[in-house]
Amino acid sequence: MSDVTLPTGPARRPARYRSATAEPPAARLTLIAVAVGGLGLLVGAPLLIVFAEALVGGWAAAVTSLASRDAQSAIRLTLLITAIAVPMNAVFGIAAAWFITKFDFRGKAFLITLIDLPFSISPVVAGLCIVLLFGANSALGSWLGGNGYSIVFAVPGIVLATVFVTFPFVARELIPVMIEQGHAEEEAALTLGASGWRTFRTVTLPNIRWALLYGTLLCTARAMGEFGAVAVVSGKIRGQTATMPITIEMFYNEYLSVAAFSMAALLTGFALLTLMLKTALELRHADALSATRRH
Amino acid sequence: MHIQIDEIAKDFGTTTALHPVSLSIPSGALVALLGPSGSGKTTLLRILGGLELRTSGRVMFNGQDATGLLVQERRAGFVFQSYALFRHMTVFENIAYGLRARPRANRPPKAEIERRVLRLLDLIQLPQIAARYPTQLSGGQRQRVALARALAIEPRMLLLDEPFGALDAKVRKELCQGLRNIHDETGLTTVFVTHDQEEGVELADLVVVMSMGRIEQIGKPADIRARPATAFVRDFIRA
Repeated sequence: MSDVTLPTGPARRPARYRSATAEPPAARLTLIAVAVGGLGLLVGAPLLIVFAEALVGGWAAAVTSLASRDAQSAIRLTLLITAIAVPMNAVFGIAAAWFITKFDFRGKAFLITLIDLPFSISPVVAGLCIVLLFGANSALGSWLGGNGYSIVFAVPGIVLATVFVTFPFVARELIPVMIEQGHAEEEAALTLGASGWRTFRTVTLPNIRWALLYGTLLCTARAMGEFGAVAVVSGKIRGQTATMPITIEMFYNEYLSVAAFSMAALLTGFALLTLMLKTALELRHADALSATRRH
Repeated sequence: MHIQIDEIAKDFGTTTALHPVSLSIPSGALVALLGPSGSGKTTLLRILGGLELRTSGRVMFNGQDATGLLVQERRAGFVFQSYALFRHMTVFENIAYGLRARPRANRPPKAEIERRVLRLLDLIQLPQIAARYPTQLSGGQRQRVALARALAIEPRMLLLDEPFGALDAKVRKELCQGLRNIHDETGLTTVFVTHDQEEGVELADLVVVMSMGRIEQIGKPADIRARPATAFVRDFIRA
């Protein structure tokens, strides 16, 4: 038997403990309210309104407005421009990121600034630059025009403007990832006898594929929605050079509210689709994603 | 393979990483390039492997000029400091990489590649990990996989950059013995870089002490310990 007698007073209420990282309930509620409220007001509500306005006259009216000749032409044009501009920028972006991260050279900082330029320049200014460079009044433009190529007020000009505006997206996503990964794996592949191209294909590309996918999706969303630069270079010719955003503006200015919002809803739908695609891919490849994180 | 280094020098812009150094490595030797950081030992190793271009001098493999050989043509099994395993590939794919990268004419058939990879996994005493990813391995296991990957290409020499740098003392001891065994089994000329004098002296047949881009002394571990050629070597070895 033990000599120690345990105190037998009235049972004390156990103290309530809170996890060290948890906030008091009031703070938690406030933070959640601010986040949800802000997101709802700034992102959720406008999104809902677009769809609500589009469907104000019912599904039939929305679909009919989208089936009009001008609307169809705008949708086709936007998809065409995106299909040209995004692969171009994916290739440019990979090349630029490769160049910047795998080599040391003078003027690197300047090149990085140059890549960022489209982010800081107003798209309208970019559009004007293209008009000045390739327009009928310039030497280059009149030479091209004389040979039967029109850039400004035609599809090539819109592609140029879109490529310019969306240029940084892929490169900007890739550069930090590639800097963080360094070149050790590429060097290892080379010492194992792989050619430069094989090394790129089997080592570099798989390591950057998520950043590349993300950059490409952002680039796609932006390419479809570009307004300012395209508005300047396209000349807004209905049925010919009017993209979806331009057409939305034209419909809206003509008080064709249902047509404008139906088109806007469709454009929003495209953007949401790219985001859903990204999420789905991430979910599906969660294992590969965690395995390729830096060890 | 006998390696002869003749007056190899390397500048990075205005800084000199290597003053002209000369070194003869007999075939089948296990050599340590020993020195503090910034002594030029890694630069010398990378020049041997073809990962860095020399500024002047030449390298001979078995008496033939190898200075201009591309990294792919050197057939040097290179183990990197942080192992540089391909993180998106399994251990099996990592080890098979060099064989699969060969031109079709001398690429072994699939079954042969598999046989060789499994044999290498046995050699590094990790037969069960073929399907794992590098992130799922311990530091010591990664190092051994990197060694197996380098051996898979049937290299003419083995070059290791701080192969035991990031490991704890016990694992380090095991792997030192493992490298010694593999070296003795394959008979490959092996050069490894280390800043740890104990490691260099324990493991190597020949120790090359370097400092500030120059070779301070070349000799057997016991000789270097007994008769350090310069004050630097004496201090570094005794440290």
